[in-house]
Amino acid sequence: MNDTLSNILHIDLSRKRFWTEDRNELFNEMIGGSGVAINLLEQECPKGIDPLAPENPIILAVGPLTGLYPIASKTVAMFKSPLTGNLGESHCGGRSAVAIRFAGYGAIIIKGASETPVYLSIHGDKVRFRDASVIWNMANSYTVGRILREKESGSGIRSIMRIGRAGENQVSYASVVTETYRHFGRLGLGAVFGSKQLKALVISGKKNIPVSDMKGYRETYKEIFKLLSTAEMRKYHELGTSMNIIPLNKLGALPAKNLQTSKFENAEAISGETFEKNFLGRRVSCAHCPVACIHLAALREAYESEPYFYKTEMISYDYELIYALGSMLGITSPQALLKLMDEVEILGLDAMSTGVALAWATEAQQKEIITTKETNGLKLKWNDEESYSKAINYIAAQVNEFYKTLGKGVTYASSKYGGKEFALAFGGNEMPGYHTGPATHLGFLIGSRHSHLDGAGYSIDQKALAKNSKPSATEIIDKLIEEEAWRQILSSLVICFFARGIYKPELISKAFKPIGKEFTEEQLKTIGLRILKQKYRFKKREGFSLKNLEIPERIFQTETPSGKLSKEIFNEGLKIAELKLTSI
Amino acid sequence: MKRLSVVDVNLCVGCQCCMMACNRRFGEGGIAESAIQIKSIGGVERGFIVMVCRACKDPPCMKVCPTNALTKRPGGGVILNHSKCIGCKRCAETCIIDAISWDESVEKPVICVHCGYCTDYCEYDVIKMEEVK
Ligand code: SF4
Ligand code: SF4
Ligand code: SF4
Repeated sequence: MNDTLSNILHIDLSRKRFWTEDRNELFNEMIGGSGVAINLLEQECPKGIDPLAPENPIILAVGPLTGLYPIASKTVAMFKSPLTGNLGESHCGGRSAVAIRFAGYGAIIIKGASETPVYLSIHGDKVRFRDASVIWNMANSYTVGRILREKESGSGIRSIMRIGRAGENQVSYASVVTETYRHFGRLGLGAVFGSKQLKALVISGKKNIPVSDMKGYRETYKEIFKLLSTAEMRKYHELGTSMNIIPLNKLGALPAKNLQTSKFENAEAISGETFEKNFLGRRVSCAHCPVACIHLAALREAYESEPYFYKTEMISYDYELIYALGSMLGITSPQALLKLMDEVEILGLDAMSTGVALAWATEAQQKEIITTKETNGLKLKWNDEESYSKAINYIAAQVNEFYKTLGKGVTYASSKYGGKEFALAFGGNEMPGYHTGPATHLGFLIGSRHSHLDGAGYSIDQKALAKNSKPSATEIIDKLIEEEAWRQILSSLVICFFARGIYKPELISKAFKPIGKEFTEEQLKTIGLRILKQKYRFKKREGFSLKNLEIPERIFQTETPSGKLSKEIFNEGLKIAELKLTSI
Repeated sequence: MKRLSVVDVNLCVGCQCCMMACNRRFGEGGIAESAIQIKSIGGVERGFIVMVCRACKDPPCMKVCPTNALTKRPGGGVILNHSKCIGCKRCAETCIIDAISWDESVEKPVICVHCGYCTDYCEYDVIKMEEVK
């Protein structure tokens, strides 16, 4: 049997057609995941299109190690982002990656738009376009999942990707939810689904992946599996990423109240420790990952109108959600925070962008840039969970001009209403939860996704703090680019970034051998850099430039652990990055 | 003799590493030939079920096999003789816990042989080998 990795499934939603294409050369050269996806995006996405036009392709790609080795468990999505107008890339676990791989594909390209709501049902070679009219407009993304679970086959091995109301209404930072609790969160894939009237995609399959050296395969597998049970990985299972709330807050690096401060007085109440002690109800894992980092809190709620009636919701929490919907909004009650997280999940929004958007709106209202006329009667203020819950629903439902504007992100909203100084977005993407120093923000600015996961600047800052050193602009940029280039390899193999310390170049080469492929460390590094350059080429093609990047003034006003940030390092850093990233 | 036993299903995180492990016994990556199946109980938030042979002393699956392809395994459960099996699916239909998986590529059942390989790949001690008399 042949490996089906190089099979690409093309889907045309306009004409309701599908076909497959073998791209062996592409997978051989660019590995899979991000490497393959950026090439497909360059080919399939016409220059200058509206991200919500039918021509915008949705590309989903997995990698050669998916299904073969543990934790190669992510699906990379690429598209033109409705939020930033350039590169849209987002990664998601759950069962998505193994399901695509076992269905017999290395990538899926979805183009066109349906005239009526549709969902895709893909089971191995069988592809069906199914009428989704009844589940369009359904208020709750959980319910959609439940219905599709009943309707579709492949229980236990399928992935169910779907959008919520925010995606239907094409909010620029709408997410795609899979298996509940995992997401293509950032940069608005949900809106692109919505623009195509694509409500969901169900996929499953049972194709095996051939191995040429069985003994070598089993041995390498065992070695990797062992490495995944070391303390380095266990921490993601134990408290999980929310373990960082208290230390980052102590450090003075946890953005709170729209980064008016970097210390949140109530951090303890919404910390990983609090959630573990009082709410943790279950931990689950992505398929083929032994780490199980997904933490679900059990929240028992009473029905107000019905005495003796309760419901228990399971709500997934993580560091970034606690930051964006918690400290950023001054939320002091863990129950209130869980409810906001639940709302965001139900409606299918990106939690980070939503939290930052609400934080901006709160400050804008405080400063009377906007009034209750805009907010649809709400008086937004820190820690007011009820108003925030309503506002989240208003964004998803796009109730008025203001929420339509806010649904396009804070960069856009502040360009219309003012308040740019405190609109916390970088390259058009809302800020992640780190105010650790210059590297984190430089990373948000120059990262190809404007995400903390691109070059992990927060880690450069924290290391510098520990050593009491002050890296220069050149040093920071070099490190960011080096890290981001290497991460292109991880995301081409679709290895979860949590395992970046385990899948080192040597181990990756070793993992390839039993499947008869050879990549040296040198080769991998060259490919990584090439992918990064290609991403930048796409960004530039779509009008992105490091030269006219705006930096929100707020980051210079609020103390970081190493004091206030200097503008010089940013001017210098961006110039250096410009040179390095465009010369490539 | 030993048999595979499910110790505490509440500990299961749904990682399916056991499924991949069982499949690896045949040298390939995947799940198509796994004798153990993990499913959520209608959404991962409610937990999982582990579907695998529980080593019956008096196996119902064996009794319905029209070609005697299944014979008793010492320690419980059955051994499948592939060449005798005609792929009629009766065994799979008879096992009320759905412990018999189906390999669609060859249209034959996949039944746990209680080898214990998967238990080394369960990080959460959900499954383990147990001595039987
Ligand atoms: S397959 Fe089912 S019926 Fe047969 S021995 Fe195992 S548990 Fe019993
Ligand atoms: S005991 Fe052996 S045959 Fe049974 S499920 Fe585990 S690995 Fe498969
Ligand atoms: S390996 Fe263990 S935790 Fe993972 S699915 Fe199997 S039984 Fe559950």
